[in-house]
Amino acid sequence: MEQPLTQHIKKDGSVLSLKEYEAVGGYQGLKKALKMTPKEVMQMVKDSNLRGRGGAGFPTGMKWSFVPMDDHAPHPKYIVANGDEMEPGTFKDRVLVEGNPHQLIEGMIISAYAIQADISYIFLRWAYHEAAKRVEVAIHEAYQAGYLGERIAGSDFHLEMHLHTSVGRYMCGEETALLNALEGKRANPRSKPPFPQVSGLFGKPTIVNNVETFNNIPHIIDKGTEWYQALSKSPDGGGTKLYGVSGHVKKPAIWELPLGVSLRELIEEHAGGMMDGYKFRAALPGGASTDFLTEEHLDVAMDFTNVMKAGSRMGTGTVIVLDDKTCPVGMVLNLEKFFAQESCGWCTPCREGLPWTAKILDAIENGRGMMNQLDILSFETVYMAPGNTFCALAPGAMEPLQSALKYFREDFERHIKEHKCPWD
Amino acid sequence: MSVVFSEKKLNRVKELVSHYPDGKQKSALIPVLHLAQEENDGWLSVEWMDYVAGLLQMTPIEVYEVATFYSMLNTKPIGRYVFEVCQTGPCMIKGSDDIIAYIGEKLGIKPGETTKDGMFTLKKVECLGACGYAPMMQLGKNYREHLTKEKVDAIIEECRKEARQIKEN
Repeated sequence: MEQPLTQHIKKDGSVLSLKEYEAVGGYQGLKKALKMTPKEVMQMVKDSNLRGRGGAGFPTGMKWSFVPMDDHAPHPKYIVANGDEMEPGTFKDRVLVEGNPHQLIEGMIISAYAIQADISYIFLRWAYHEAAKRVEVAIHEAYQAGYLGERIAGSDFHLEMHLHTSVGRYMCGEETALLNALEGKRANPRSKPPFPQVSGLFGKPTIVNNVETFNNIPHIIDKGTEWYQALSKSPDGGGTKLYGVSGHVKKPAIWELPLGVSLRELIEEHAGGMMDGYKFRAALPGGASTDFLTEEHLDVAMDFTNVMKAGSRMGTGTVIVLDDKTCPVGMVLNLEKFFAQESCGWCTPCREGLPWTAKILDAIENGRGMMNQLDILSFETVYMAPGNTFCALAPGAMEPLQSALKYFREDFERHIKEHKCPWD
Repeated sequence: MSVVFSEKKLNRVKELVSHYPDGKQKSALIPVLHLAQEENDGWLSVEWMDYVAGLLQMTPIEVYEVATFYSMLNTKPIGRYVFEVCQTGPCMIKGSDDIIAYIGEKLGIKPGETTKDGMFTLKKVECLGACGYAPMMQLGKNYREHLTKEKVDAIIEECRKEARQIKEN
C-alpha cells in the first residue's frame, strides 16, 4: 500500500529537512511542472480527480479553473493554504505540516504556477507552534535553494511565500472568513459571488486550498494521473486520504489510506477496535459538522458519494466515535455549545439560533426538558438549514443534531421523562 | 503610561508588515497584537492596542474590533501560567469535564478566573486539533496530552517550581 503523503514522515517526530526531502524525490514535481505550461498543470490536476480535503470535497482542478488566466488578468494573484484546522475531531494537517513542511510548500508553488500567482500565504492556527517554527525554517530553506523568490529553479516564474499565524476562531476555516482574517479583520464570511477565484484577498484572484490538498499536488505531477487515480479504492476521487479516529478506541491516530476504505476498517483494524468496557454506539464520520452514522453504516466506504448516500458527509475524514458510556444528548449539547461559541455573529439565524439550540439541549440534558422541545429542536434544523444562513457554520451545526434526533430519540425522551441524565 | 516596543520588536513589526503588499499593513495586525500581548504579560491593554493602531496606521476601533473577536487575544489581565483545556467533543468523551473540574478545585478557581497570586488562569477552550491524544490542554507554547489527575498535579508543581527558580535568580 502506497502512502505518498506520509511515507517519509519520521517516526521520531522530527522534521524532514530540505536535503532529506530532496533525497526522496522532493521538488521533482515542481521541476516537471515548470517545464509544462500552466494550463497543462491545471489539466493534470483536473484529470487526477483530486477533491479538496478541507471538508467540502470540491474538485481542486475545477476550483482553479475559475481564476482569470488571460493577459489582462488582475495581479497580484494569491495562493493561500488553509491550515486553520479547527473542525472538532480533525488533527491530520498538523501531522503533515510538522512532519514534512516542504511537501506543502512544493504543492503550493506548483499550484501557484498553475494559476500564475505572485504571492502565497500559509495560514496556520497559532496553537500549532511547532508547525509554525518548522514552516518558517522550511520557507527560508526553499528561498535559499531557489525554489521561492525570483526565477524559480531557473524558470521565469517567481513567487513570494509567507507564514501567517492566526489567533483562534473556527470561522477562519471558512475560506472567505479566512481572507478577512488575513486582511487583519474579524473573520466574518463574505457573500459569494464574487468567488475568491475572481475577487479574493485584497480583491484579487485568490485560491484557498486545504493543507492536505496541497500535499497531494507534487505527487500528481511527479508520478502522473493514472498512478494517482490507482491509489484510490473509490471511483469518487483520486489519491489517498488522511483518516483518523478519536474517542474510546484502543489506538486513536491518523493514517494515510486509499480513499474509500470502510468505516469498519478504520475503527476495527486501524484504531484497534473499542477500548475494553466500551461499546460502539455511533460515529461522526468527518468532524463535528457531519451527521451521525450508526452500526448499520459501518461498511460504508469513506468517500464523498457513499457517506452522503448513508445520510452524512465524509467531511475531513476524521471520525469521532461515540460509545455506550457517553450520553449522546450530552455530546450533542457539547457540540452545539461549540458552534454557538464559534458563531461569528454576522447573521441572525446562526447568532441567535445556535445559543437557543444549546439552551434547549442544556435543559434536556439536566432534567428540565419538555417533550415539545424535541419539536422545537427539529424546527431549528430546518430554520438553520443550508440557504437560510450566510455561511455553512450553522447548517453544519445542525447535522449532528438532526441525526441525533433521528437515532437517539429514545435517549432524548428518557432524559425528559426521568427528569435527569440517565448517564449521570 | 506610554508603551513602546523595543527596537528588536519594532524590526520584527517591520518584517511582518513587509509580508503584505504596500498599503496592506493592516494584515500584520494579528501577528503584531501577538507581539504586544507577549510584551504585556499576556494581555492587551487599551494603551497597547492604541499604540499598535498608530504603528499600523489604523483607527483604534479597528484594533479593538479584532482584539475582542479572536479567542487567543486577551483584553483582560491573565495569569502567568494559562491552562487552556480543550472541552470540545473528542476531549469531552475522554473526560475533559473531570480534568477541568479537578484543575479548578486544585487551584481554587473557576474556568475564566485567575488565582489571587496571578500565577494560574484556567480557560476552557475549543478544539486544539489533538483529538487522538485527548484529554489535553495547551500550556504556553506546548501541548500536554493524555491528561490524568496525576499529570495535572505534576504540571502544577512544575509551574510552581519554575516560578520559584525565576524568583530566586
